[in-house]
Amino acid sequence: MTALIEVTDLSKSFGGVEAVTDLSLDVNVGEILGLIGPNGAGKSTVFNLINGVVAPDTGRIVFDGDDITGKEPYIVARHGIARAYQIVQPLTGLSVLENCTVGACFGRENLPLSKAREIAREVVATVGLAERMDTLAGSLTTAGKKRLELARALSARPRLLLLDEVLAGLNPTEVEAMIEIVQDVRKAGVAILMIEHVMRAIMRLSDRIVVLNLGSKLAEGAPQIVANDPKVIEAYLGDPKMLATAEGAV
Amino acid sequence: MAQILASVIDGVLIGSIYGLAAMGLTLIWGVMNVINLSHGAVIVLGMFALYYLSSVLGLNAYAALPIVIVIGFGVGVALYWIAVHRVIGRPPLMSLLSTFAVNMVLIGLGTAFWSTSPYNVPVSLPSVSWQGYTYTGTHIVAAALAVVIAGLLYLLLYRTRVGKAVRAVAANRAAAEVCGIPTTQVLALSFGVGVTLAFASGMLIATLFPFTVLSGGAYQLKSFVVTVLGGLGNPAGALLGGLFLGLIEGVATPFMPVSWMPMIEFVLFVFVLIAFPSGIFSFTRK
Amino acid sequence: MIIVRLNTIRPFPWLILIVTVSFALVPWWTDNVSLRENLILAALDITLASSLNLMLGYAGYVNFGNIVMFGLGGYFGVYLVSVWHWPILVATLVGGIAVSVIAYVFGLGILRLRGAYFALATIGVNEAVSVFVTNFEPWGGASGLYLSLDAYAPLGGPGHTLWIVYFLMVAVMGLSLALSYAIRRSKFGLGLLAIGENEDAAATLGVPTRIYKAMVYSVSAFLPAIAGGLYFFKSGIIEPTGAFDLTTSIETIVMVMLGGQGTVAGPVIGAFLYEELRGYLLTAQAFSHFQLVIAGLLLLVIVLFAPSGLMGFVHQKLPFTRRWLE
Repeated sequence: MTALIEVTDLSKSFGGVEAVTDLSLDVNVGEILGLIGPNGAGKSTVFNLINGVVAPDTGRIVFDGDDITGKEPYIVARHGIARAYQIVQPLTGLSVLENCTVGACFGRENLPLSKAREIAREVVATVGLAERMDTLAGSLTTAGKKRLELARALSARPRLLLLDEVLAGLNPTEVEAMIEIVQDVRKAGVAILMIEHVMRAIMRLSDRIVVLNLGSKLAEGAPQIVANDPKVIEAYLGDPKMLATAEGAV
Repeated sequence: MAQILASVIDGVLIGSIYGLAAMGLTLIWGVMNVINLSHGAVIVLGMFALYYLSSVLGLNAYAALPIVIVIGFGVGVALYWIAVHRVIGRPPLMSLLSTFAVNMVLIGLGTAFWSTSPYNVPVSLPSVSWQGYTYTGTHIVAAALAVVIAGLLYLLLYRTRVGKAVRAVAANRAAAEVCGIPTTQVLALSFGVGVTLAFASGMLIATLFPFTVLSGGAYQLKSFVVTVLGGLGNPAGALLGGLFLGLIEGVATPFMPVSWMPMIEFVLFVFVLIAFPSGIFSFTRK
Repeated sequence: MIIVRLNTIRPFPWLILIVTVSFALVPWWTDNVSLRENLILAALDITLASSLNLMLGYAGYVNFGNIVMFGLGGYFGVYLVSVWHWPILVATLVGGIAVSVIAYVFGLGILRLRGAYFALATIGVNEAVSVFVTNFEPWGGASGLYLSLDAYAPLGGPGHTLWIVYFLMVAVMGLSLALSYAIRRSKFGLGLLAIGENEDAAATLGVPTRIYKAMVYSVSAFLPAIAGGLYFFKSGIIEPTGAFDLTTSIETIVMVMLGGQGTVAGPVIGAFLYEELRGYLLTAQAFSHFQLVIAGLLLLVIVLFAPSGLMGFVHQKLPFTRRWLE
């Protein structure tokens, strides 16, 4: 398995608070790597560091052979990394199609407008928003906005997709639907790094899991191994329900 | 050397008024994320309020201060409901344009009523001599009053329930609402206080220098510079920033023509915004 | 709003052409000089408003100092004609390019400031440039530059010049509308709209925000600069107060907001309506002192109750117009 993105010894402090400390992880081509950990563990910061919103204090990020450490977000996007934010950021005054067209236009392939629109159309259909193609993004439901967030990231046809809690706020049916979409994305050859709190989902989806706690890597490995790791259980305050859910899902 | 020291001290005295004006601006900015582009215009209103109370109605200039404060608060709350309330949740562009529109209306009305002739409020106080240089009494009293008002603001914000509500809304409006704080009224009050500070600073400036309807522009620019020096939403920083600006002006005045001042302040403003986004005097890092 | 239908004729470019040609031909055919003088101001307003709309309506950045481009373009134009005796066409073109380049470089720096801070900075830009030019001797300092009558000789004398300048100004107006339309339908325009909606999200999606912002700032300077060169060439004199009049900046903003920011037709309609209003106010005795007040009230009402301006209102009430009246 070749590593698509290699993160080495990444550290970041915010005014005295060490958000991320000496973190190293890899995501391999075609794999889904789950990133879990208690709140405040630094997961979103890792995403911010990877896609350039924030520059790391130390460490390197190498994507497909290119050093993208500390590069600006739009340059990272051009390399083929797309991100779906935890708090959705729809371009509210534009339609669903236009939102995705932006993604397709300015992503890795840097397409002209007409080609981008075609791709956007396909992607919108893939996530099931076809009937809402011309609706203004601002008037979608929460679930719709989440799908748009994902669709927009996919429109850029990235090699690596950063998913930040795409399942948050969805009811069980919507969660199921989203899980299928994520699995389809992986089948299409896109590597995925996903942050999630919905344990059964992430245990099902991930090939490997990295557990973060207080900014450092606590454990890494296959889902069932990580779920039974005593350090991990302790980090989640030994919540037996957490453990039972994880075991039940595997 | 003593010449420079004298003008520096004078600059710091005036700087306290700049700080007071900027505190109004930064309070509004910090609490509701609105940049009040009518700030200069309300400073001018404060100047004319003093003119009417003092020269027309014959009140002693300093005795008029409480009345000016009350008027300022009323104007501020009214402006909030007219121009700001509806644009609160909307993109910042909208509040910029609405306060800018208010500015246009106020300046336009002002020019129509008072034209652009200079007005003056004569205030005479004994001067203070020190080290062979005289400091005008009015400058000293104005600085002292500015500090007193700033102190009152501090008491309001940090020692009263109302102040606590203001700080809560500034930190997180939704959470404050959920705690039972009537946030809209708090916003109106904050805007009112912000405008009051501007009014008060206008009044104090009027005791020192002659003014016209168009004088507000220069003080608005100074307020912006001070606000970014001190960090947004940071009244203490604004006061420090004001003193700092006064100091710079004091140092620079012997050496350069007054007309260059706005340009220097503008350059300083842009520089600080780019280099120190959270202000030089702010004690919290963003 | 952009609604995309791939297989329809686009009527709007034809509208632009019709309007431009009418502007050019009507005063000429009727040989109506006073109409021409009115229309040249209208053409100027439309040019300024359309160009401002690129920054304000598309990218969402308010440029309170938009008049600076006009004034600088005027200075370049008049300077090159009066001192270096260049022909007017070349002079205004060079002026336009010079101002655009300055705007691009300056823009890269000043557009680091986000939304509101940028707007604040532009308020100061006007002041700063005005002060600078007032003290800049090669450009005549506080008294400015003026053109002697023989500057008009190459064009066939003052009478002919007025007509030629008029046609040029109309051409510039047509160009500004065409440019506005072309950008809106382009990838560049989509990127700008994304920036205007949510700059951080746009950056994550790969929009090169800093460069695009500087580019639109530069493009929005080009035609106003040329228009400035033409206008002050026609006036024969340029000095700092008239060239950098803040009131005009403000009125341009009102025009764009009134007509509907973010659309191509909006600035045109806004410019027309505002011109009518101003003309009425100036002649009606009661209101002549209140120009600024009326403009301010108008802006306030628009921002509070109709932020999408007239075009937004029309698009809402008559959805079919979205397609052909952009």
